[in-house]
Amino acid sequence: MSLQPVKFYQTGTFTVGNRLLAPEERSVQANMQRTNSLNSGHRACQGCGEALGARYAIDAAMNASNRQLIAANATGCLEVFSTPYPETSWQIPWIHSLFGNTAAVATGIAAAIKIKKQKGQGGDVRVVAQGGDGGTTDIGFGCLSGMFERNDDVLYICYDNGGYMNTGVQRSSATPPAARTATTMPLGPEPGNQFGQGKFLPAIAMAHEIPYVATATVADLRDLEYKVTHAMSIRGARYIHILVPCPLGWGTASHDTIRMARLAKETGIFPVFEAEYGVVKSALAIRRPLPVEEYLRPQKRYAHLFGKSPAVETIARIQALADKNIRKYGLQARKGA
Amino acid sequence: MDKPFAITLNPGSSLANHTGSWRTSRPVYIDRLPPCNNACPAGENIQGWLFHAESGNYEKAWRSLVVNNPLPATMGRVCYHPCEGACNRGLMDATVGINSVERFLGDEAIKHGWKFDAPATKSGKRVLVVGSGPAGLAAAYHLACLGHHVVIREAAAIAGGMMRFGIPKYRLPRDVLEAEIARIVDLGVELHLNSRVDKLPEALKEGFDAVFLGVGAHIAKRAYIPAGDASKIMDAVSVLHDMEGEPDAMPLLGRRVVVYGGGNTAIDVARTAKRLGAEESIIVYRRTREKMPAHDFEVEEALQEGVMMKWLSTIKESGEDGLMVEKMALDENGFPQPTGEYETIAADSLVLALGQDVDLSLLENVPGLAIEGGNVKVDSTMMTGHPGIFAGGDMAGNDRTVTVAIGHGKKAARAIDAWLKGVAFVPPPKAEIATFERLNTWYYSDAPKTLRPVLDIIRRQSTFEEVLGGLDENNALFEARRCLSCGNCFECDNCYGVCPDNAVIKLGPGKRFEFNYDYCKGCGMCATECPCGAIKIVAEEI
Repeated sequence: MSLQPVKFYQTGTFTVGNRLLAPEERSVQANMQRTNSLNSGHRACQGCGEALGARYAIDAAMNASNRQLIAANATGCLEVFSTPYPETSWQIPWIHSLFGNTAAVATGIAAAIKIKKQKGQGGDVRVVAQGGDGGTTDIGFGCLSGMFERNDDVLYICYDNGGYMNTGVQRSSATPPAARTATTMPLGPEPGNQFGQGKFLPAIAMAHEIPYVATATVADLRDLEYKVTHAMSIRGARYIHILVPCPLGWGTASHDTIRMARLAKETGIFPVFEAEYGVVKSALAIRRPLPVEEYLRPQKRYAHLFGKSPAVETIARIQALADKNIRKYGLQARKGA
Repeated sequence: MDKPFAITLNPGSSLANHTGSWRTSRPVYIDRLPPCNNACPAGENIQGWLFHAESGNYEKAWRSLVVNNPLPATMGRVCYHPCEGACNRGLMDATVGINSVERFLGDEAIKHGWKFDAPATKSGKRVLVVGSGPAGLAAAYHLACLGHHVVIREAAAIAGGMMRFGIPKYRLPRDVLEAEIARIVDLGVELHLNSRVDKLPEALKEGFDAVFLGVGAHIAKRAYIPAGDASKIMDAVSVLHDMEGEPDAMPLLGRRVVVYGGGNTAIDVARTAKRLGAEESIIVYRRTREKMPAHDFEVEEALQEGVMMKWLSTIKESGEDGLMVEKMALDENGFPQPTGEYETIAADSLVLALGQDVDLSLLENVPGLAIEGGNVKVDSTMMTGHPGIFAGGDMAGNDRTVTVAIGHGKKAARAIDAWLKGVAFVPPPKAEIATFERLNTWYYSDAPKTLRPVLDIIRRQSTFEEVLGGLDENNALFEARRCLSCGNCFECDNCYGVCPDNAVIKLGPGKRFEFNYDYCKGCGMCATECPCGAIKIVAEEI
């Protein structure tokens, strides 16, 4: 069961911490002794959603694995801003792979650990692979699919910001329809990224019928931590897809990163759910339903939809996609959430 | 060089990279003034004591409350809670039941016998307090806490002032009032009953360094109503006063009682008459319900109990057959004008509740003292025109409520303390107000207001039992936790969690947080995601 906020006044589990909760009920991020896996001094932009999502996820994984964790990291923003030679922000065993092979590198590490354990060397060390949407849905997809179908004991985390932000905001197969990028300019009869292209990787991961697939956003820490912790309790291939807004690529204010992720979830644009062996088990219900316009309007990558003559039809098409998510994953607002 | 092939540098930490230099604006922690605190006439730090109540530490909450107000059990019953009118939660679902939590804390204190802390040092100064109503008691309490020796002189045989002689038992049970007064006396305050101060200049000769006057407004205003021999006309002040006497001295009002006036006192008398056995208790008021000065919830409670209201009516004459009443009509300015239409209503007694005046006779021959509109004129520190004589409560203002009086007492006590030390009283600066727009309400759980139990109508019509019940521990805790903590950090850890740069340092329970400006890039996420608006973004000086 995915984490639904408990009815615990005054803020329940909506905030990062809550002094009124028992210590064991508090989040990893509220802990003064959290790993801070991704430490200060990294070169991510102001208000970077990926830096935040990575710390949330890896701190939770460290906590769940008794700090016995190795991470393989695809090329991309996360690697570039965290580890410019010879400095690193990572406070965990961490290896940089190529852009496309991080799933395979993680598979290799997992295999090595398995052999070492068989030889009685080393303890139970867990493996995480992580990358952005470019390294995951495009370039590294072959290796990732192989890791899934072999059911290797790796948790793969994809931080989805909808494009190649590090190299100048180019389109990836995770870029949403109508969004402007450097390679999908707002020109011609259908400005921005094409409708009907791209892929939703969590659904593809589910099609591999691996033990665990989940989505999360940086707007709901408790849900994200629950999913990472739960994934770490399972052996085999696991996949978590985290929506991480990008102030640079999306054209949003640096202080609005979490708000954008929350709007993506509340409008139904991004379904937050978990699945086991290819079957959806639960979904986070929408708490305060909103039209997609609330999510689109603050983003400059959708500015061409809101000029003097708003692109009503395009907005309606995006709304239709959100409505489809709401039906498909059962995201309807429930009472008392 | 014993490094591996092609490696020339040792591994380093990104901590060498001080990303704080990117910043053009910086977050700072601030404490904004919650609207409830801003609205409280007694200057309570409501958010502050609710913070302790939220964690179930009721004694700490109570101790935090009584820093400003020594009578929480009383206030939790009789205050008209302007705080709740200002509460930001009202814009989300319903206001926090501050008044009911205050009463719960006050009752807990009485139940457990919590006492005030004795002052650490004695100043050796003596202050005379005239009157033991809310203003006088509050002044005495605060002065005693500041180490001064306080003597209260009370004209009546029993302390409490208008809290006893103006507020009926069904709103304020006397054991509650007495317990809270006793706790103030226990601080070493001398309370002299039956000790009216007739002439202030003489009382001052007994060696006092300063005086606080809080004699209230006890003289009923009169209206000229021609009356026959048989008619019985009384005033509201004496009716309510006699209710406090011996049982055989209870006021005799008869079966049909008419109360003339539209304030809270009129409502109190009408409801009291009902409880004394009157079959009909009718309030006659010259304007409409909307224009009535009485609080709406009291009007509502009176109507529930069967009190009748006659709007737009003035009483012309009291004769053998009853009262001659003239109908009024509102003119375009909203003022009532006579219509020339008359009717007669039967009445065994008529009670006038037309407001009260201050008895200023004790102030004769005090040089410098000025009177304005029937009240003693005071400056912003509650000092009268005579140096060293301060005044507060009903005699020094037109906003005559218990809460205002308690606020006056506190303010005067602080000013007296400064005056005794020979320094000027400077009130602490007010922080900016934590308005609703400052909050990020996403983070608060939905939680409806807890309603207090109300006594059955039939018992309200016949007994003086308290009408409004209190909260028990469970729902008091729930109600306290509905507080949004507007403008003041309540350690939700959001800033500590949402910073992508780990630039927020958590200092531990009760110690809040600190920014690490070496690494803070100034993205502002902490301020946007702070539920209560306790972080402000200010431009960096470049």
